[in-house]
Amino acid sequence: MLWDAWDKGADWLSIKFLTSFPSRFPEEAGIKSALMGSIWLMVLTAIMSIPMGIGSAVYLEEYARKSILTQLIELNISNLAGVPSIVYGILGLALFVRGLNMERSLISGALTLTLLILPIIIISSREAIRAVPSSIRDASYALGATKWQTISYHVLPAAIPGILTGNILALSRAIGEAAPLLMIGALTFIAFTPESIFDPFTALPIQIFNWASRPQAEFQYLAAAAILVLLALLMTMNAAAIIIRNKYQKNLKW
Amino acid sequence: MTTVIKTINLNAWYGEKLALIDVNTEIEENKITAIIGPSGCGKSTFIRCLNRMNDLVDIFRYEGEIIVDNININDIEPEALRKNVGMVFQKPNPFPKSIYDNIAFGPKIQGVKDKGELDSIVEQSLKKAALWDEVKDRLKDSALGLSGGQQQRLCIARTVAVEPEIILFDEPCSALDPISTSKIEDLMIELKKKYTIVIVTHNMQQAARASDYTAFFLDGKLIEFGDTKQLFRKPVEKSTEDYIIGRFG
Repeated sequence: MLWDAWDKGADWLSIKFLTSFPSRFPEEAGIKSALMGSIWLMVLTAIMSIPMGIGSAVYLEEYARKSILTQLIELNISNLAGVPSIVYGILGLALFVRGLNMERSLISGALTLTLLILPIIIISSREAIRAVPSSIRDASYALGATKWQTISYHVLPAAIPGILTGNILALSRAIGEAAPLLMIGALTFIAFTPESIFDPFTALPIQIFNWASRPQAEFQYLAAAAILVLLALLMTMNAAAIIIRNKYQKNLKW
Repeated sequence: MTTVIKTINLNAWYGEKLALIDVNTEIEENKITAIIGPSGCGKSTFIRCLNRMNDLVDIFRYEGEIIVDNININDIEPEALRKNVGMVFQKPNPFPKSIYDNIAFGPKIQGVKDKGELDSIVEQSLKKAALWDEVKDRLKDSALGLSGGQQQRLCIARTVAVEPEIILFDEPCSALDPISTSKIEDLMIELKKKYTIVIVTHNMQQAARASDYTAFFLDGKLIEFGDTKQLFRKPVEKSTEDYIIGRFG
């Protein structure tokens, strides 16, 4: 499949492809709006999901007392991580697009994707926090540190590589999602780049989906080229995750 | 002689399990008090009561009174108590940071900001822990690069840096080789001039060599407590004698 995408799409890749808007003439079509939309989405999603996810993880792991309520919350988070993404799309459509009247805007998309990856971020961040040995906490408490000092000086810095890796992988899932965005009505033909978070938008997976479903062969090639761009973006993010993990792991050995 | 730590009818539980039964002790200032006894007899539970480290265990609770410096330890914040009652653990547990940061952390959270003051605290603490000469050229290196014995002395230096009055040692040498062990023992004898020391140990010779007083625990009860020389030479209780000469434990 990869080879197929490369074979068809490689010739179509060019600077012009990256900097032109979509068009009904294949030779002039590009992915500028889709690429910009994806980048906007990712940045917004990251801004909203990472602090919330890490905060929830710290709370659940360090502060919450074991009770039926917290067990219920934990169970729900694990379940939510397994819910199909289209279901989040329906939720986003009902809640953000219609309920909160945010229309088919970037912010609706980003909020929907935030919901989608939040469980993954919480779970991976909790794993990372739990992996910090209790001897480090004990040492900090024994010196008279408060709980928050212990968490902020020792637990979080030691857990950061794991947390970052998990977060980047979660974000790379978000960037590849088409279903929830289609559900909330992201447009497929947009001849401008979003100026604010309330503008309509498109994203790479949607553009690919749109081109791939057209009958003309040229659009298949465009879809293949866009797939290559998306793959390159994903691989860069995953590589970043691996590099960060390796870099920090060197300094962290118990 | 002044008593710094006093426990009155101390009973402690982990969940339903009774871990300490009616422990009454008086620990004297500037002395080393060793706590011996077989595994699971409540030694560690006892010293972890003294700086409220047991509070971190959800299912732990205790009854009775623990008095440190004439104050019931429940009447002050645990953070303030732990600053005054430092602790060195069984396994060396330096923070995964530089040697300097390991020691500077304690004073920093106490509000010391001045760089020069921190520098001098770090130097003084390392000197007190007899580690300065070995590490003075690599204060910025990771503490995890030190040997086990050096790491344990770093942990002592880190404890000393917050200027406690009492230092609790929870089997500090059980993970160390004999040479590092003897260095730590020498260090404790040096430190008792300024600090009151309580040490839990499995090593009978260590208790006999280094301590002034010894307490023998068995099944959560304090069986015998007295002058180390006397306790080792002529124990009053039969079970103490059996344990010391190695009939069990």
